[in-house]
Amino acid sequence: MILIFALFLLTLLVITAIAIVRTDDLFVAVMLTSIFSLLMAANFFILDAADVALTEAAVGAGVTTVIFLCALELTGDREKAREGGRWVALGTVSVLALLIIYATFDKPRLGDPDAPVHQHLAPWYLEKTPEYIDIPNVVTAILGSFRGYDTLGEVFVVFAACIGVLFILGVSPPRKNQPVIKKSSGLRHHLIPQVVGRLLIPFIVLFGLYVQFHGEYGPGGGFQAGAIIATGVILYAVLEGESEALRAIPRGVLLGMVIGGALLYGGVGVACMLMGGAFLDYSVLAADPVFGQQLGILIIEAGVGMAVCGALLAIFHAFAARERLS
Amino acid sequence: MDLLAHLPALQVVVPMLSAPLIVLLQPRGLAWAGATAAALVSFAIALTLALAVLDGQTLEYAMGGWPAPYGIALSVDAFSALLLLVITGAGATALLAARSSIDQQVESERQPLFYSAWLLVLSGLVGIVVSADAFNIFVFMEISSLASYILIAGGPDRRALPAVFKYLMMGTIGATFYLIGVGLIYMMTGTLNLADIQDRLGDVTDINPVLVAAGFITIGLALKAAVFPLHVWVPNAYTHAPHMVTVFLAACATKVALYVLIRFDYMVFQATLEDHEIQFALFAMPLAILGILIASAVAMFEGHLKRLLASSSIAQIGYILLGASFVSMAGLSASAMHLFNHALAKGGLFLAVACLAYKYRDLRLNQLGGAAARMPWTCAAFVVCGLSLIGVPGTAGFISKWLLITAALESGPWGWGLVAIILVSSLMAVVYVWRIVEALYFQAPVDGEGPTSEAPVQMLLVTGFIALLNIYFGLFPQVPLELANSAAALLLEGSQ
Repeated sequence: MILIFALFLLTLLVITAIAIVRTDDLFVAVMLTSIFSLLMAANFFILDAADVALTEAAVGAGVTTVIFLCALELTGDREKAREGGRWVALGTVSVLALLIIYATFDKPRLGDPDAPVHQHLAPWYLEKTPEYIDIPNVVTAILGSFRGYDTLGEVFVVFAACIGVLFILGVSPPRKNQPVIKKSSGLRHHLIPQVVGRLLIPFIVLFGLYVQFHGEYGPGGGFQAGAIIATGVILYAVLEGESEALRAIPRGVLLGMVIGGALLYGGVGVACMLMGGAFLDYSVLAADPVFGQQLGILIIEAGVGMAVCGALLAIFHAFAARERLS
Repeated sequence: MDLLAHLPALQVVVPMLSAPLIVLLQPRGLAWAGATAAALVSFAIALTLALAVLDGQTLEYAMGGWPAPYGIALSVDAFSALLLLVITGAGATALLAARSSIDQQVESERQPLFYSAWLLVLSGLVGIVVSADAFNIFVFMEISSLASYILIAGGPDRRALPAVFKYLMMGTIGATFYLIGVGLIYMMTGTLNLADIQDRLGDVTDINPVLVAAGFITIGLALKAAVFPLHVWVPNAYTHAPHMVTVFLAACATKVALYVLIRFDYMVFQATLEDHEIQFALFAMPLAILGILIASAVAMFEGHLKRLLASSSIAQIGYILLGASFVSMAGLSASAMHLFNHALAKGGLFLAVACLAYKYRDLRLNQLGGAAARMPWTCAAFVVCGLSLIGVPGTAGFISKWLLITAALESGPWGWGLVAIILVSSLMAVVYVWRIVEALYFQAPVDGEGPTSEAPVQMLLVTGFIALLNIYFGLFPQVPLELANSAAALLLEGSQ
């Protein structure tokens, strides 16, 4: 049953991808990429990667689509006509696809317990997590602690993306008393989206908080939570107008969340170092090393959530405010 | 807290955590001061690390306190220490000189973001170099790439934006290729730690995925390293970037990708795949030779100063790859040495360019006539670094070219041909450096144009200092040479 469903999803995925390449209407392309992300999220779910699926749905299908649409408003929704070059690209992509397919002939069967992936590190993680960290969700243990340094790196990727957009779009850094121009935008006069959207927002934010604090037990964590909460706020901005959203959470707060989140995560690492452990060795944070690990993961996840939520919103506002500034 | 033991982590963490703080430093000049201080601390850490591994030992660091294949390990050996010196040295030097140039090119309210991105590039690059974990390398590659797009887009030149877009596309493709390769390897071995991959690849019987992985990783990194013919993003990105950004990135950015390429190939693939050293040589040598000859030829006919030097960089990448393709002690040590010396020469040249650009709006050669009379110190520094780029005895560039020629002679019956190629390309370098010198010293100034004074003292002092270093390391190359030799020994040992 699941196989048929997976095949169906993958076929749709390919069709969508081809449609994205073929269309020269950028608005259609954006909508299709949103569908692509949603299909992708479903695929991740089938592969039991619920946390990745959540993020993909929130970021890929939600936030990115809105940001793309903001960008389209600045440029135009028609692709510039171009001649030639497509065949070269098509040829290259085909050859690469064949190569990867060739490589997968010798791959271990999906879910094969004898596959090297399940023989080496995974058993150790499964066996040692209860002993060292004592939380039910091993994925959180790996991402937050065993490979927490990678996660710190990813937070700084988000940070870099955020300052990059702010820098290039030239939105001046927040100043105090910057007046927010009140302008009637958004969907205030459309009753149905208004009512439905307003009903949805509290649930989205609540779900985001649940994902944030439930990461130790089920799929979840800071990245997903930050993205989901940001989606809720962006929905509010779409309904009520960007300036209303900015009034609710001003730009300075957003930037503060990004900086604070990144520093909170890094600061935990430094604190571990000062307390005699290695960088990000949470065991030294409390007298009981297991509790120290849990405490460390809790704090860094909070940092991740703050940074991701702030960055997504800051990027959204940078695009959305562009029109007014120019 | 034992500081020395923590240095590999601090090397990355200091610039990384300074970056968000810099954003908060709003008043003018403060962001620059903060970033420079952080970069200087990084350089001091790199120097300490280099001295610690000079005798060939390797410093290991277990992130989060988790042992190696389960957690992420950092490792610093002679090869990484050499790169760390280059990266932090270039980052700190360019920042020290940067203030007036950046004030001219980046609006003051955007500067905190700019310097923050600068530190992110720095921490991303050193993060790649100290990491002993294939996926961790990817994460830091993302940080350094994203942040370097910001830096290149930073100047007033709008042409930088399409250049950045191209760089972004190429960089993303390169990183994706690398990630696909790492994914395939993880699929076959179940591990991400480089040493552990090497251990476990030996047991893999279905070798095809590993071969494809080797291909993807090599091409992805070659793209990032601007190996000919995957270099198309370089000239525009270097040309339209703010001048000080060019100094920083030209000195170290592509070299880091080359470092990962060499390390991955020697430490992982050559040890486990049969005849891989021959495949690597057959892949790398022709590309290196073509890159050296074609890029030098392009540079000979290029009319824009920055674009000319960018072309020359592609040729220099060729030299480094050529040395590595010999798969010998002498070749690798020449490669490692050239990584260091080229950074000195090209960094110095671009510093001098930044000084010129402070006064001249247009950097085409025919606009720079008579600059030597107006900016004598800048031009003198330029000439010294130019000589080093050519490889004139007494300069740093000579040492690595000499080592490369020695290695080529040892490499077999084709040795003489390779020596001929190195000599011809050095003559080509004489031509293109001479064209610049001719413009600076012997052409008549363009009417009504041109400055009346030198660049600001701070820029000039740093530029002059780097020019002197080019001579110093030409006469006393012991320290980098020792690092390069231990690096070569380590790599060859790893490939057994």
